[in-house]
Amino acid sequence: MELAIGIILGCCALGAGIAMIAGIGPGIGEGSAVAKACEAIGRQPESKSAVTSTLIMGCAIAETTGIYALVIAILLIFVAPNIFIKALVNAKNSGLF
Amino acid sequence: MEVKKKKDLKFILTDILLLIGMLLPIAAGLVLKVLTEPASEGISITGANVYFTIKMPIQDLPISEAQVNSVIVVLSVFFLCLFLTHGIKERPDSIRQHIAEYIVEQVSSLVSGNMGERFSMFAPFVAAIMGISVFSSLLTLVGLFPPTSDINITAGWAILVFILITHYKLKCGPIYYLKGFAEPIPLFAPLNVIGEIATPVSMAFRHYGNVLSGSVISVLVAAALQGLSAKLLSWLPGALAGFPLFQIGLPAVLSIYFDVFSGCLQAFIFAMLTMLYISNGFPEEDYIARQRRKDEKKRRAMAIQAKLDAKN
Repeated sequence: MELAIGIILGCCALGAGIAMIAGIGPGIGEGSAVAKACEAIGRQPESKSAVTSTLIMGCAIAETTGIYALVIAILLIFVAPNIFIKALVNAKNSGLF
Repeated sequence: MEVKKKKDLKFILTDILLLIGMLLPIAAGLVLKVLTEPASEGISITGANVYFTIKMPIQDLPISEAQVNSVIVVLSVFFLCLFLTHGIKERPDSIRQHIAEYIVEQVSSLVSGNMGERFSMFAPFVAAIMGISVFSSLLTLVGLFPPTSDINITAGWAILVFILITHYKLKCGPIYYLKGFAEPIPLFAPLNVIGEIATPVSMAFRHYGNVLSGSVISVLVAAALQGLSAKLLSWLPGALAGFPLFQIGLPAVLSIYFDVFSGCLQAFIFAMLTMLYISNGFPEEDYIARQRRKDEKKRRAMAIQAKLDAKN
């Protein structure tokens, strides 16, 4: 029983860590977006406000995949272990193994 | 003179009542939180506390902190609007009327700029979504649970927006709507269905994830700083050992970014996406063509009817 619970907790933590690899994508994407925005402002300083608002909007949307990964990681750390352990205890009490 | 003074007194009394209506729900929420918060050791990360559950035939309905706090926000925003528009005049002479007019003008120019003149009646809806979202996220500043860090609340808003999008997509009739799924070739239908469902899901998760991640990171940083100051100052005597040296300052900076900036930005993005999805989902040219065909048919039918009437 202790071994099973340990495996559940360890795998949940590992899964959360692996899920956060998705943070690479938005990082690179937002970085290149900001670089292009800086170039655009350097070329046309008078369009600064329009570029900035479009940039913030685009960054927030590009963040979406990272946010999905974060939500999954948070669920794996704070929610999933309780559910899995409860299911395990129920299975043991009902005599499945 | 006497009459005018009486009127002023009435005006001020109404003002005070509206202010009380604005602040009382927040105070009630704080009292409720203090009374019902379970005792916890140190810093912990939990979801919304469930106040009580209502027995329902299919599934029990839990009334949680998130629902109560969103009702608090709705009441507060309602009284704020009444306060801003109280004593409104044709020639504005008070600051609050200027603020109210500024908000209304900004929102209507935003809506008509992004959605076109046809959808200018959406300005109150967009302003309501934005206002409730902003004040829900800013509720962390008074120490209450922000309703936007509960998936149920943002999913509710996203489903509302999804119903509106589908309503405007259905404007050209159900057959036209179903035909839209077979674009560009019928093989893509499952992908299009998934894309349709992904709209509300991504809207809900984006808002929820941003607010939740902010609070989780703030709590983790606060816990780390607490541990650090406890380690460094543990050799000091008495009450000095518990002095929160590193917790001064840094969490406030994080809070400005995660609570104020991120909350306002996510509210703006939610409203922006609402506007874009609704106006993009509406097939304007086909709708106009369809209306014209319908008018043509009606006119022809009326002409035939008139001819028959003339014969009789």
